[in-house]
Amino acid sequence: MVRSFFGFIGRRGFEFAGVFENFFKEISGLYYLTRATLYCTFIEPLRGKPNKWRPVWTQMEEVGVKSTTIVFLVSFLIGVILAFQSAHQLSRLGALEFVGALVGVAILRELGPLMTALVMSGRVGAAFTAEMGTMKVSDEVLALEIMALNPVKFLITPRFLALLIMLPCLTIMADLMGILGGFLIGTTTLGIDPVTYINNSLDAMVIKDVVTGLVKSVVFAVIIVMVGSYMAFIIEGGAEMVGQNTRTAVVVSMILVIIADLIFTSLFFFVL
Amino acid sequence: MIKVNNLRKSFGEGDKRITVLEDFNAHMEKGQITSIIGGSGSGKSTVLKHLIGAYRPDSGEIWIDGEEVTQLKGEAIGNVRKKFGIMFQSGALFNSLTVEDNVALPMREHTGLNEATILIMVKMKLEMVGLRGAEHLKPAQLSGGMVKRIALARAIALDPKIVFYDEPSAGLDPISIGVIDKLIMDLSKKMGITSVVVTHEIPSAMRISDKIIMLFKGEIIAEGTPEEIRNSNDQRVIQFIEGSPDGPIPFSKSQTDYGDELKEMSRV
Repeated sequence: MVRSFFGFIGRRGFEFAGVFENFFKEISGLYYLTRATLYCTFIEPLRGKPNKWRPVWTQMEEVGVKSTTIVFLVSFLIGVILAFQSAHQLSRLGALEFVGALVGVAILRELGPLMTALVMSGRVGAAFTAEMGTMKVSDEVLALEIMALNPVKFLITPRFLALLIMLPCLTIMADLMGILGGFLIGTTTLGIDPVTYINNSLDAMVIKDVVTGLVKSVVFAVIIVMVGSYMAFIIEGGAEMVGQNTRTAVVVSMILVIIADLIFTSLFFFVL
Repeated sequence: MIKVNNLRKSFGEGDKRITVLEDFNAHMEKGQITSIIGGSGSGKSTVLKHLIGAYRPDSGEIWIDGEEVTQLKGEAIGNVRKKFGIMFQSGALFNSLTVEDNVALPMREHTGLNEATILIMVKMKLEMVGLRGAEHLKPAQLSGGMVKRIALARAIALDPKIVFYDEPSAGLDPISIGVIDKLIMDLSKKMGITSVVVTHEIPSAMRISDKIIMLFKGEIIAEGTPEEIRNSNDQRVIQFIEGSPDGPIPFSKSQTDYGDELKEMSRV
């Protein structure tokens, strides 16, 4: 009885240690890939191997321009929903005209950057893993290496730069669309005077809200690209692994995005 | 050109350790075609992966063009790789790029040539493999034989001294096999390219090779000109060449005795 109890504890302990070991293996792999990417993207150009911009443009169109519709739609609707929900509560306090302030601050600080990053980790992160994973499976990545081309520089760097530039841009647009959504509902359905709405909004929003939102979106961009690429590069075998890792990439990057959001929010608004 | 000394490689840990290559020695001479043949699981692909630097051996040396390559890293291994081209079994063309961009890629990345020159060179390479006019197709629009010919055009894009072929004729019709064989011979005779062909197509290997190395379970069991291989007395070589199911090379890959295993199962 006692022996089987300790046996059980021991086995569980080993399983637990195994899970931990795997976890740290993945984390260190992700760290090394990120380091290699940063080196290829920012240090190598200074050592006489300039980045090629054509693939970056292509990727910027792919991840940025083609994502505008979905980002616009999601953030506009978030603004609308937020206005509806807050109006009910605020009107009970007799502060209906502060809907604009609430929507504005919430969108700029949190919802704009966060929703954009979540949408993008589903749309773009999944595409990165699936695309590069298929290349890995069909020996294209090996072919690059054998042709003495660095797969990190050739595949990850353009995507990295593209998302690093496009995610903050999309975030700004998402912020504007969200505020517009709130404004439309506030001035029509809720019947708030447009001038009061705008004045209250502008009083509440400060430039720090926008800047912290953009800093976050840069961090989110790094997370989405690195998780997507790492999940692609560790694929061995066949199509099954591509599907599995694509799913994992989306889940992991969403979780990491939210954790990073938590860390940066507490850093910006409670520590600094 | 290429010299391999005492190459050993095993995979796995502890009691699951499987030795894939046992003391492999070879010498591939300049301008000649050397074929490595053997059944599946004989270790011939492992040899190729060592030659291109995708695997590191447990022990042994590989000399390519007077340089020991097994211990090289980073930049140095890149410089060795620029000396050779490889044609993968699957072709491994970049599916997102057109045929023209695929062949031009090594030139764009490794030479300072201007775009006009590169396009002319691409046209020359495509003419060599007989596919001029396919420039603007995507790899998905090509047949299996065409993919391999484009892969060959890409492999020779930088005029390498050595070309490796991984199963060049696997899965092709007889005419495409003939075309690929002729291309391999032409390249080695006219341009003095050292060729290493990994294959299990015996007729094709017999036709093109200057030297054949036959592997079985990670060991060399025969080595010599096609004529010498054909006249070999080794039962394993004869079985492989004739392709007969009965002989010293067993049909079953199982490690355990069939009867014992069934008895074991009925006991439970």
